[in-house]
Amino acid sequence: MTTKFPYKHLLGLRGMPRETIELILDTARAMKEVHSRKVKKVPTLRGKIVVNLFYEPSTRTRTSFELAAKRLSADTVGISTTTSSVVKGESLLDTAHTLRVMGADIIIMRHSSSGAPHLLAENLNISIINAGDGINEHPTQGLLDLFTIREHKGQIQGLTVTIAGDIRHSRVARSNMWGLLTLGAKVRMVGPPTLVPKYVRDLGVEVYTDFDKAIDGADVINLLRIQKERMTANFFPNLREYNRLYGMSSERLANAKPGVLIMHPGPINRGVEISSEVADSPSSVILEQVTNGIAVRMAVLYLLVTGQRERSTEEGASSFLWEAES
Amino acid sequence: MVDDNVILIKNARILDPASGKDETGSVLVKNGVIEKIGKSVSSKVAEEIDAQNLWLFPGLVDMHVHLRQPGQDSKETFATGTRAAAAGGVTRVVTMANTIPVLDNKTGIEFVVERSKSEGCVHVHPVGSVSKGLEGKEISDIGEIVLAGAVALSDDGKGVMDAQLFRRAMEYSTIFDVPIISHCEDHNLSQGGAMNEGQTSTFIGLPGIPAEAETVMVSRDILLAKCTGARLHIAHVSCGESVDLIRTYKKRGVKVTAETAMHYLLLTDKAVEGYNTNAKMNPPLRTEEDRQALLEGLRDGTIDAIASDHAPHTRGEKSQEFDLAPFGIVGLETTLPLMMSYLPQQGLNPLDLIRQMTVAPCEILKLPAGKLEPGMIADLTLWNPTGESQIDPNLFFSKGHSTPFSGWKVTGRVEATIVAGRVVYAPSYSPAASLAAARPS
Repeated sequence: MTTKFPYKHLLGLRGMPRETIELILDTARAMKEVHSRKVKKVPTLRGKIVVNLFYEPSTRTRTSFELAAKRLSADTVGISTTTSSVVKGESLLDTAHTLRVMGADIIIMRHSSSGAPHLLAENLNISIINAGDGINEHPTQGLLDLFTIREHKGQIQGLTVTIAGDIRHSRVARSNMWGLLTLGAKVRMVGPPTLVPKYVRDLGVEVYTDFDKAIDGADVINLLRIQKERMTANFFPNLREYNRLYGMSSERLANAKPGVLIMHPGPINRGVEISSEVADSPSSVILEQVTNGIAVRMAVLYLLVTGQRERSTEEGASSFLWEAES
Repeated sequence: MVDDNVILIKNARILDPASGKDETGSVLVKNGVIEKIGKSVSSKVAEEIDAQNLWLFPGLVDMHVHLRQPGQDSKETFATGTRAAAAGGVTRVVTMANTIPVLDNKTGIEFVVERSKSEGCVHVHPVGSVSKGLEGKEISDIGEIVLAGAVALSDDGKGVMDAQLFRRAMEYSTIFDVPIISHCEDHNLSQGGAMNEGQTSTFIGLPGIPAEAETVMVSRDILLAKCTGARLHIAHVSCGESVDLIRTYKKRGVKVTAETAMHYLLLTDKAVEGYNTNAKMNPPLRTEEDRQALLEGLRDGTIDAIASDHAPHTRGEKSQEFDLAPFGIVGLETTLPLMMSYLPQQGLNPLDLIRQMTVAPCEILKLPAGKLEPGMIADLTLWNPTGESQIDPNLFFSKGHSTPFSGWKVTGRVEATIVAGRVVYAPSYSPAASLAAARPS
């Protein structure tokens, strides 16, 4: 059975149908298997040029995409600039067109403006992957979170997932929310009301201000990084108080549902949204998320280039279209 | 012999909201002034325009326009902006003070008055700023700019955050009985926002501008108008709560008037979906509830006028990341066809709409125009109420092309725009008649 991957771009999880998300997750499972081989490389993207265009600093996402592309044998180029396109004096579209005529097949972009990858997708005839746009979405992070949850819990449908922290400014929260809702999870959001937009209620998301209530009975707790600059903008008084109200501590973990998964997109602030004990506890899957990120990004690159895959109903990845390069 | 200075427009459906007149008849124009109106007006020397099946009404007065000159000629000029106005049936535009430099002294006002006369094809009235450089720190040369021809005072484009300065400006404005046009925005509340704060901004991850950024300032300014006795005009009302406040205080006798811009009557913040910079303006498009409240405000007279808030930018500026693209869309060429096509079904008949776009703004700004009476300057719009077309930004005379209405179907079109007795736009008449609006190269 083949399932089509109907997209030219990966811009976000909002509106993405269940079958497509599941196709990516299934493909990622096969990709993860490549990771355990002696030669961690397959030839699928040989001859393709993948550009990492990062307008914001990033270590893990950028490295993860680069490794994913390399494992698929693509040629990769990284461009990173901390200055915005405006400061640099060249418009985003001009930069992207320049990369296109140099032969780029896929542009992976991180940008501080929500919708920036959509602008490229509309104007350029090459594939665009959103590696985080402003406060909108970070779809591959959402997918790797879904993948990690599914690996541990078997399925997403029916789970209760609590997302905690700065929802308002979090692209990770949005991508998780869309994916989780589509796959049938119950989503709770918790944080100071200054950081949780009330309109998520319109989607059936439950909004809490009391962290203990929000994590009571949850199967998964996803903690978002809290940024210090939010404090100076009066979203909350200080980090100590934030930690007291919304920090994941050993005591809170002890009261949580047995088997709860503790997740975090990283980089973590030990002692702020998560205590060191919790981060390093057996409940924490934070490092697994990083590993899974590569598999998910390989899956996305693969599907964007090939458009489809043979879908195996069995466990494992035996029906993949390639063999490892020897 | 035909006298060039005499025009007879005959067989027209004459719509004059000031007198409530809606009848078929003729208008005789002599030396740029309306000479006679009536059923059996005739002249042996006039050039005749047969307006059978056409509507004739006072030329539109758009009280909220940014012609961008001086200083931003790449966005618009007097030449292009006034031609856009003529193509939209607008014979008089009020242009805002947020130019470079800001119109905060008499030299700036004189520049606009003189340049627009020599380069434009419709009447242009400048607005002078409330504060020097729109900085909200010192009041402008209010008296001198009013005496030089400014018809109102406004820091439009920016809210005046200092309530004390605004109060002083209002008090001072009463010397000249000139209205202060308030761009109601609390910049602390709107800071960083790119669209209306609501469901859509939450879903597409754009920083929001809450309705309260407007309504808090509407209430402040109305209370200051009450205390100073100044004439306050609220620009581009976008929220239902603002309408409620204006309604309440109008009833209590506060001298407050209001305008809304046409896009708030037709669209909601859902139009931003897809990061559409053609739907980015300030104040932002709001919710369906707000839209309904604005329509009700127009029906019951709480909102006096409809303007375009024509705010042109270059294509390059609007083809950026959503949060970096400037606020503002064009509207001079689309307001009349859109209003005539979509508002009658909302209980606003053509005579109401024409009032809101002619005599109402003239009363607010004390302009000697907007009605059909012998002795008035002959500023006239000839409208063909039939025929469907689609809005095509590539055909705009304006330098700005950014509009969320591209491809919208409209019924009717401007057949002729007459400014002081001179036909400045008439796309389907003789070449001689459409001279002034020739497309700039």
